[in-house]
Amino acid sequence: MARNDALQGSLDLLVLKILSRRPRQHGYAIMAAIANTSGDVLRAEEGSLYPALHRMEEAGWIRAEWIKKDTGRRTRIYELTSAGKKQLGVEESRWQSLSLAINRVLREV
Amino acid sequence: MSLWSRISNAVHGSRLNREIEEELQSHIEEAVASGRDPREARRAFGSALRAREASHSVRVTGWLESLLADLRFGWRQLCRNKVASAAAVLSLALGIGSCVGAFRLIDALLWRPLPIANSSNLYVLSRQMTGLYGKPTEDSYWATPDFNLMRDAVKEQADLIAISDADRTDITFSTDDDMEKAHVAYVSGNMFPVFGLEPAIGRLLAPADDRSAAASPYAVLSWEYWNHRFGRDPRVLGRPLHIGDQTFQIIGIGPRDFTGTETGTVSDIFLPLGMNDLSTRAGVSWHHTFLMLKPGINPSTALDPLRQHLSAISHAFEANCATCFRGVPQATIDRLLNKKLVFHPAGAGISDLQKDYRRLLGVLGLLVALVLLIACVNVSNMMTSQAAARSHEMALRISIGAGRRRLVQLILCQSALLAFLASVVGAFFAAWSAPFVLSLVNPPDNPARLALPADWRVLGFGFGLMILVVLLLGLLPALRASAVRPIAVLKGGADPHSRRRLMRGSIALQVAFCVLVLFLSSLFVAAFQRLQNRPLGFSTDRLLLLETVAGKGQLPVVWNQTAEVLRAVPGVDSVAISGWPLLGRIQINNDISINGAPPSPTPAWFLNVSPGWLSTMKIPLVSGRDFSQEDTSLKAAIVNETFARIFFPGQDPIGRTFARGVNQPLNKIVGVTADTPYHDLREPSRPVFYVPLDEIDADSATGPVRFATFVIHTDSQNPLALTATLRQLIAQRHNGLRVSNVTTELDLVRDQTVRERLLATLAAFFAAVALLLAGIGLYAVLNYSVLQRSREIGIRIAIGASRAGIVRLVTFDAFLMIALGGCAGIALGFGAARYIASFFYQVKATDAEMLALPACAILVTALIATLPAVLRALSTDPTEILRAE
Repeated sequence: MARNDALQGSLDLLVLKILSRRPRQHGYAIMAAIANTSGDVLRAEEGSLYPALHRMEEAGWIRAEWIKKDTGRRTRIYELTSAGKKQLGVEESRWQSLSLAINRVLREV
Repeated sequence: MSLWSRISNAVHGSRLNREIEEELQSHIEEAVASGRDPREARRAFGSALRAREASHSVRVTGWLESLLADLRFGWRQLCRNKVASAAAVLSLALGIGSCVGAFRLIDALLWRPLPIANSSNLYVLSRQMTGLYGKPTEDSYWATPDFNLMRDAVKEQADLIAISDADRTDITFSTDDDMEKAHVAYVSGNMFPVFGLEPAIGRLLAPADDRSAAASPYAVLSWEYWNHRFGRDPRVLGRPLHIGDQTFQIIGIGPRDFTGTETGTVSDIFLPLGMNDLSTRAGVSWHHTFLMLKPGINPSTALDPLRQHLSAISHAFEANCATCFRGVPQATIDRLLNKKLVFHPAGAGISDLQKDYRRLLGVLGLLVALVLLIACVNVSNMMTSQAAARSHEMALRISIGAGRRRLVQLILCQSALLAFLASVVGAFFAAWSAPFVLSLVNPPDNPARLALPADWRVLGFGFGLMILVVLLLGLLPALRASAVRPIAVLKGGADPHSRRRLMRGSIALQVAFCVLVLFLSSLFVAAFQRLQNRPLGFSTDRLLLLETVAGKGQLPVVWNQTAEVLRAVPGVDSVAISGWPLLGRIQINNDISINGAPPSPTPAWFLNVSPGWLSTMKIPLVSGRDFSQEDTSLKAAIVNETFARIFFPGQDPIGRTFARGVNQPLNKIVGVTADTPYHDLREPSRPVFYVPLDEIDADSATGPVRFATFVIHTDSQNPLALTATLRQLIAQRHNGLRVSNVTTELDLVRDQTVRERLLATLAAFFAAVALLLAGIGLYAVLNYSVLQRSREIGIRIAIGASRAGIVRLVTFDAFLMIALGGCAGIALGFGAARYIASFFYQVKATDAEMLALPACAILVTALIATLPAVLRALSTDPTEILRAE
């Protein structure tokens, strides 16, 4: 898990942001939303999306719920908690300062 | 919340996996529905197992899940060998339960602090001195005038508190007829405030109640007594309470937990010190003196100056005491004045029960600890052999990457399960056994009473013991299992000797413990038997004792008339009167002066008896005659053989005279009796003389008798059957005589052996348990080693080993270990026996029979235990073994 901290950090940010725009979504929809809104540049891997979702759920940022689909199968949907909203703010400002810093470095050179 | 959900996920691991699986499936369905290729969608997930693992691990507490898995596995292991596991749990439960039970007793009697403020700052004063016959002794009683001087001298640094023993006393609440017994303690008025105690109702005694004698006729009841005698009726305040010819007014009830400072006795009633006649007498030491340091005084620096100060005051008081040493020879005075004042911590209270039972409880603790150790060795053996049987499994686990830590955890879990189950069963055993053993300490008129709460102290001890047992059981097998080298094991058996070495060690250890228990037990049982079979010199058969009191006293003629009335009752064989019963609590001595010479350093003890007492007690006369009715005026005396030997060596004592102290009238010896124990069964015979009940004083007048005992020989086997009739007869005469206590001479003799009987009973019980456990352990170890070596035995038989050779092969090691362990056990036993030699009445640890008994017992047990293994080895069929290879 420690292998790609930066990537994971940004994955958390993306998931939280998607869920803040459109609450109550299942995992596939979140993945699709990340792909669509980034113009197919960013892709969340299934293998890392679900562990991340479960980890954030354990941390209390998001809340999960089972609902019945029209097909009769159950699916698990997620929404932000208040702690998640706070966390989104933290992640966003961290991303802002990070990208600002990186841009500054690029300009200097 | 998060931690909780992780814990609950760990408990419901399979449900969690199902949910994760379901979510992933639903994802793939969505993907397919939105037009992706099903196979591609599934591939995008990578290995489904890995994804599930990754999701699973973030949602559970890993260590808890593995712990639960290990517990489940351990439980299944236990269930696989139900009989062995049940035996393990039961033997451990017996060990743990006994240990906790013993701890409860030891803690309650010796360690538990009194429920008072600053109990750690409480000390008791006593004086070390040289006693009779040059033995060192300790005197913990003080005279009140001495106490008052000392209290005033140190009042800046410490409070001195006087508390008498809580004696069982006759009391009445209303009319004279319903007399009852209560434990009454006289205390100085500062006791309650210094102890920081508050009344439940009413008020407690205060320093103002220490005013001069008889000015404060107030009584405080203990909460416990108020509860069981009055059902917590608040109207008890103000009621009168009569003791002898004094009347007290009940003014308050003490706090709920406080039952006095005498651990093992519950004080029922507290009276002001000054209300006891003895409090004015300079020559009578009768109460304890406690010292409570004032707050802010440092014990380490303040105690020694205090001790020296108090010692000087007390010494000066005794040296000046005019009445203390009247007619006492100078040598005795010097001996009595040569004292060293010492402080003992008294935060747990002080009592004779503590003194009598401290070492006994130590021995008991040792015995139960040994039994627990034997049980632990047994169970540890069982687990080692199971672990050995599982060495393939362990090797496999290690080779596919299990951490050693996990393996240790796996085995510790199993031992924890065993220990936990055993602790639960043991808790029930401890709950029952501690009160049961306490109830065996039961002299009928003064049974020991201790609070035995199951509070955090007991629970903490039990928990600590459980952890210890887990480590004892599991650590060795766990380390061995984790040290398994997979290559060696999978290749087919590593060094087979290391395991055998361990087994041998455990045999030796077990036998050593077992022999130690057996050795001590046989000493205790032998000591008890010798004490019980000690020749008494009198007959206890059918003897009823009516201890009778007569208020301010009654003339001897009234006592004799009453005895006459009792003689007329059908079923009464003979009636005599003595001042007090033999082997009771009372003992009084006099200095003996022969021909006007200064008294000898050895005093003699006496007893007032009526004519016919000797024949009623069946004490034989060696020479001379019994008393007759006319002997009073002659000042006759009868002496025992020891008296004659000490004071009239080599002479015929009949017709000679002695005086009871210097310048006292002469007593003339008319008879000599055989020796009988006087106060204590264990002592060598004391010099004793008997004088008539109605002895005359210096003015040739007989004084009133305040108390005496009717000794009644009855026809029936159960002398107590006559009690009600006789009691009623005495009451009907309305001559002031009242029966205060009824007992039998047999009970008095039995009371003397309570401690020895208790110890012998418990020791025999634990010896039986230890022997049984050691036998089982030996059987299991040998049986297992034969199983392990069946290949070797088969080959040996095939190449022509004789049966004797096989038997030697199987048993030689074991018996060598038994011999080694036995010697070690005996050596330990000698060491332990020296520490408790005072318990062994006429028994020496080095007596041959004391050594022979445990040796025979362990040998017989070993023979029985090895038999099945030997038979199994002999019946090994070499063809079968070799075919299986």
